[in-house]
Amino acid sequence: MLGQLDAVTLARAQFAFTVSFHFIFPAFSIGIASYLMVLEALWLKTGQGVYANLYRYWLKIFAVAFGMGVVSGLVMSYQFGTNWSVFSTKAGPVIGPLMAYEVLTAFFLEAGFLGVMLFGMSKVGKELHFFATCMVALGTLISATWIIAVNSWMQTPAGFALNAKGQFVPAGSWWPIIFTASFPFRLVHTVIAAYLTTAFVVGGVGAWHLLKDRANPGARKMFSMAMWMAAIVAPIQIFVGDAHGLNTLEHQPAKVLAMEGDYQPSPDGAPLILFGLPSNEEARVRYEVSIPHLGSLILKHDPFAPLPGLTDFPRDQWPPAHIVFWSFRVMVGLGFAMLGIGLWSLLARYRGKLYEWSWLHRASVAMGPAGFVAVLAGWVTTEVGRQPFTVYGLLRTAESHSPLAAPAVAASLLAFVLVYFSAFGAGTYYLLRLMSKPPERGESEPPGVPQRAAGITPASGVAASPAVKG
Amino acid sequence: MLMAGMDLTIVWAAIIGFAIMAYVVMDGFDLGIGILFPTFAVGDERDQAMNSIAPVWDGNETWLVMGGGGLFAAFPLAYSIVLPATYPLMIAMLLGLVFRGVAFEFRWREPSHRQLWDIAFSLGSFVAALAQGITLGAILQGIHVENDAYAGGWLDWLSPFSLLTGVSVVVGYALLGATWLIWKTEGSSQRHARKMALRLGVATLLALAAVSAATPFLSYDYWRRWFAMPGVVLTAQVPLLVIICSATFFWALRREFERVPFLMALALFLLGFVGLGISIYPYMVPRAVTIWEAAAPPESQSFMLAGALVIIPLILAYTGWAYWVFRGKAGIHGYH
Ligand code: HDD
Ligand code: HEM
Ligand code: HEM
Repeated sequence: MLGQLDAVTLARAQFAFTVSFHFIFPAFSIGIASYLMVLEALWLKTGQGVYANLYRYWLKIFAVAFGMGVVSGLVMSYQFGTNWSVFSTKAGPVIGPLMAYEVLTAFFLEAGFLGVMLFGMSKVGKELHFFATCMVALGTLISATWIIAVNSWMQTPAGFALNAKGQFVPAGSWWPIIFTASFPFRLVHTVIAAYLTTAFVVGGVGAWHLLKDRANPGARKMFSMAMWMAAIVAPIQIFVGDAHGLNTLEHQPAKVLAMEGDYQPSPDGAPLILFGLPSNEEARVRYEVSIPHLGSLILKHDPFAPLPGLTDFPRDQWPPAHIVFWSFRVMVGLGFAMLGIGLWSLLARYRGKLYEWSWLHRASVAMGPAGFVAVLAGWVTTEVGRQPFTVYGLLRTAESHSPLAAPAVAASLLAFVLVYFSAFGAGTYYLLRLMSKPPERGESEPPGVPQRAAGITPASGVAASPAVKG
Repeated sequence: MLMAGMDLTIVWAAIIGFAIMAYVVMDGFDLGIGILFPTFAVGDERDQAMNSIAPVWDGNETWLVMGGGGLFAAFPLAYSIVLPATYPLMIAMLLGLVFRGVAFEFRWREPSHRQLWDIAFSLGSFVAALAQGITLGAILQGIHVENDAYAGGWLDWLSPFSLLTGVSVVVGYALLGATWLIWKTEGSSQRHARKMALRLGVATLLALAAVSAATPFLSYDYWRRWFAMPGVVLTAQVPLLVIICSATFFWALRREFERVPFLMALALFLLGFVGLGISIYPYMVPRAVTIWEAAAPPESQSFMLAGALVIIPLILAYTGWAYWVFRGKAGIHGYH
């Protein structure tokens, strides 16, 4: 049996690796696509060159990130079949159609208008070009909606029946399958997360260039826009995260108890464990540092409300608490750090020093990658907390995998690791290089990028387009 | 219901067939360009070839997601048998597509790395095409299924026949790529593409003939399907049409037509595809699982169908529009 166990572990490692890599890109491209839409709209409305420059600046970065998102996503759509074939046979009739709708309504939309967005400015005129940008941004949001519906169904399954073959099949209406109990919370929280991730990247890049040249108009504009996002959206995210947690407590209590490190039930109010080392073997948190009653206050909004403990659940249903305990704290810690930056920027703005306070700029540079870390930590919490099930409470992970020998899975895992680190490592390097260039007035392409020279410059695009327009 | 009286499963098999066909012809030509890439001169020729597909490759590849996703949704059993059975091929294909997908953007980012990404682009395209071709052969030769699950080893797919189909698909994609370039380029690139197209046309026909000759020997079912009366009256039309298309292809190449060679190459692929359909029907996994056995329940299929019937035409419309925007020759300095 050891061999079989190994194949499951390897398949899990492979899935976790590929999906984590994949999500890094959408977390950025969902946000940046919307940001580009806003920039182009502002440019069309005000005619100010700074927006057009910023549009072109971020478009190149978007193109590189989007390409990586597409190829890593393609891998995901086949991972279900290659590594989780039993899961696919069983859950396919329910989640398959949702994923098919994702392809139909989102991926084609993105891909169909992406070419026009990247290369088409001089071909279609600015209104139609703006329309293409909007369609790409819309596509990313539709994509998030469907895939989150799929994931949420796996977390809080509903609306299904089991047929003779042991497959999950729709019980009637599709409504309860799509709108499961955790779906609205997860969707809102994830989309906001993508916006925050992007805001901190944009803010970090803006701050970096402000540190070098406070007068750069592009850097000022992007920094200011990003800081508005941080100040407004970070508190919303914390609020939504709290609601998400309450909802999870209701539907997946073992997950939340593992996140909190609550092994023993607390009949008259749970403490909030700040730090410690949870241990499933000993069923307790070692070196615990906690604040009495705060746990119940957060989770029940009442300091004396009783909470169950993991020991109330059968042991074979405990998620690995040491992972989710820490991943959750990383996410929440970064959430509050983001809030801190947002508030700091409000103060700076109020004092009229938004572009002068270099410590704010340094902190923003340091927080540039924070969104990615928070997003991954959040997903690790969600997914590891769902263990040991793939379909919560119904289908175990250990019963979901493909009939594959461990060496095959090990070899492919190794190949994924090598390819992803080299390809996406290079991509990250190119992204950082693009970001290290200051946004300039006539943002021009480096020599040797012929197809863009005429295509992407809105100004020349307008001049060149009347003949082709329409 | 609306769908009553209609066999949903057949409709879905047709839709998946359409998606795979759309994938093969659309990604076929851009993978083909990748395969031919090393034969193009560094500089303008390569840039032109790249520019001719840069705005559309993502949309082309989405048909692969549609094929896989559609299979998952409408025929989950087939999806969960075929993918583990061809596991190393699938992984190789995906990794090939990763390399070639990122190369579109990466090659422009740093001139001193361009050589490297050009290699990644063509190697990735080659590996993906080869893996797809071998997968086709593996499916045709049969997959060992027990209790609705794959029950073979992890190298069962490897055989002389599957290698033959692998090479054939590589050659065929290269032909699509070459003829696409005849259409979309001019000058030395176009002359080069024409030369390649001639050789690849011959090679594709040989490959087609070899695969057609070998298939009936895989199983008696295939033999009967093609050569027994009265079916042969119908199946005989396929080779006949192949001959007509090939003749037109070579004639058009000689007359230096720009579009007809591509259209004829497409027609050849279409005929090959129809031939495969004739061989395999009504199976999803030949001789093991029929399309009805693999099908998701009608609730799942009808839910998707309602959307697919509205959305696929829309997709075709805006995809067509995107191609139209980038019509004409692909330049080295912007699209004209
Ligand atoms: C920028 C990213 C980001 C930030 C700052 C936060 N989160 Fe988060 N969180 C996510 C990004 C994220 C995520 C990646 O989007 C997850 C993974 C799955 C999901 O639904 O959202 C997530 C999951 C997630 C879960 C797991 C829900 C479940 O699995 O059922 C909880 C309870 C929270 N979050 C709560 C919070 C709280 C209280 C935060 C406030 C400080 C917070 N999150 C900040
Ligand atoms: C995109 C962000 C996501 C990240 C970073 C992520 C992360 C992870 C991790 C770390 C695991 C391993 C858990 C473990 O085995 O202990 C996992 C498993 C899994 N996740 Fe996710 N996940 C994400 C989204 C999704 C989505 C959207 C789906 C569904 C469509 C999904 C479906 C699965 C499945 C099927 C497994 C394998 C079975 C399992 O081990 O639970 N994941 N994921
Ligand atoms: C296991 C789960 C997942 C699968 C199977 C999957 C599948 C895919 C595929 C096939 C693509 C490429 C589409 C194309 O060809 O254009 C893609 C891209 C994308 N995915 Fe995922 N995905 C998963 C998780 C997620 C999650 C959790 C999100 C967001 C919440 C997401 C959002 C996106 C977006 C916005 C894109 C397009 C933008 C980009 O490429 O960055 N995906 N995904």
